[in-house]
Amino acid sequence: MSSVTLFGLCGAALVGLGLFGLIVQPGVLRKILAFNLLGSGVLLLFGVIARRGAAAGIGSDPVPQALIITALVVAFAATVLAVALLRRLVQETGRDSLDTDG
Amino acid sequence: MSLALAADAGLALLILGLAVWTTIARTAFGAVIGFMAYGFLVALVWVRLAAVDVALTEAALGSGLTGVLLLGAAARLPRDAAAARPGWGLRLAAGVVSAAVAAGLAAVVLLLPVPGPTLAPVATATLPTLGLGNPVTGVLIAYRAIDTLLESVVLVLALIGLWSLARDEDWGGRPDALRAANPGAALVLLAQVLPPLGLLVGVHLFWTGAIAPGGAFQGGTVLAAMWVLTLVAGLTRPPRVGGRGVRLLLVAGPALFLAIGVAGFWLGGAFLAYPAADAKPLILAIEAALTLSIAVALGLLLAGPPGARE
Repeated sequence: MSSVTLFGLCGAALVGLGLFGLIVQPGVLRKILAFNLLGSGVLLLFGVIARRGAAAGIGSDPVPQALIITALVVAFAATVLAVALLRRLVQETGRDSLDTDG
Repeated sequence: MSLALAADAGLALLILGLAVWTTIARTAFGAVIGFMAYGFLVALVWVRLAAVDVALTEAALGSGLTGVLLLGAAARLPRDAAAARPGWGLRLAAGVVSAAVAAGLAAVVLLLPVPGPTLAPVATATLPTLGLGNPVTGVLIAYRAIDTLLESVVLVLALIGLWSLARDEDWGGRPDALRAANPGAALVLLAQVLPPLGLLVGVHLFWTGAIAPGGAFQGGTVLAAMWVLTLVAGLTRPPRVGGRGVRLLLVAGPALFLAIGVAGFWLGGAFLAYPAADAKPLILAIEAALTLSIAVALGLLLAGPPGARE
C-alpha cells in the first residue's frame, strides 16, 4: 500500500468518526468539533485525489489544492458563525445543548 | 515497508487517535486541545501530499485561529453542561451508519482510477503569460478566479452574520470578547515582540506567493493572528463596528477584485480575464488588497459581535 492510499483511508475513517460524533455528542460545541473533523476528512480525501493527479512537473493537481484552501477559509467562517450562535444560545437559555425537553 | 511509509503510517495513526480523543473526550476543553494538535498534524499530512500551500493554510487557519476561537468558546461554556447522552441503542445505530459511510469511502479510495485524472496541464498552461510561478496561486487568481472572488465575499457575509447576532443595545460598540481579563506580563511581552516579526512573515508569504508556496490567504491569516495577539493582550482595541474606515478595509479586496474582473470584459475579452501585457501588476494589486481585507475580516470574525464581553 502506498502512503497516498493510506492517507485516503485515514480521511475515510475521519469522515466516519466526525459523523458519529455529530450524532452522538449532545453538546453543541462538541457537534461543531465533530463537524470540523468530518470536513477535514472530506478535504483529506480531496487532497489524496489531488496527489494522484500529479502532472506537468507539479507534485499535486493545483486545482483541488486551490479549492481546499478556499474550503478551509469558508469552514473557518462557518465555524465562527456556529460558535456565535452557540454563545447566544447560552446567553438566552443558559444551556449548551439542543435538547428541547427538560 | 519503507521508512517513509512507516513514518506516514505513524502519522495517520496519531491523527486517528487524536480524532477519536476529540470525539470522546470527557470535557469540551480537552476535546478542543485534541483538535488543535490534530490540526497541526494534518498540516504535516498536507506536506506529505505535496500540497505545501494547503499545509500553510491548515496550520495557520485550520488549527491556529480555529483553536483560538474554540478555546474561547469552551472556556465560556457553563460548567456542568453535561446534557443527557443518547442511549445505547442510538449510539449503536450511529456507530453502524458511520462505519458504513467510512467503509464506503474507503472502498472508493481503493478503487480510484489509475492514473488519476488531472487538470494540472490545463491549469498551468497560462502561468508564464501571467508571470506566476506558483500553480496554486495561478488557479486561485486566474484559472478559478470566480471561486476566489465569491469566497472573499463569503468572509464579509460571515462577518455580517456574526455582527447581526449582537444585542440591540450593543450595536455600534467595540467587539471586546478577545481581551484577556488580566493579561500576564509574559503575554504582553509576547504581544510586543512577536508582531513585528509576524508582520514580516505575513507580507513575505503574500509576496512570495507568486512564485512559491504562500499567497493572500496564508499571508492574511498570519497578519490576522498578529493583530489578534495584540487584541488578546489588550495592547490594541478592536475598531467600532460602525466605523467607516474598517468597513472600507473589509470590502477593499473583494471590490478591487470585482472591479478588475469587470474591466476584463474590455481589456481581456471576458469576465475576470487579464490583459496579457499588464497581468502581473493587476494580480499583485488584487492579492495585496485581498491580503489586507482577509486579515481584517479574520481578525474581526475572531473578535466576535460588538459588546460580547461577559
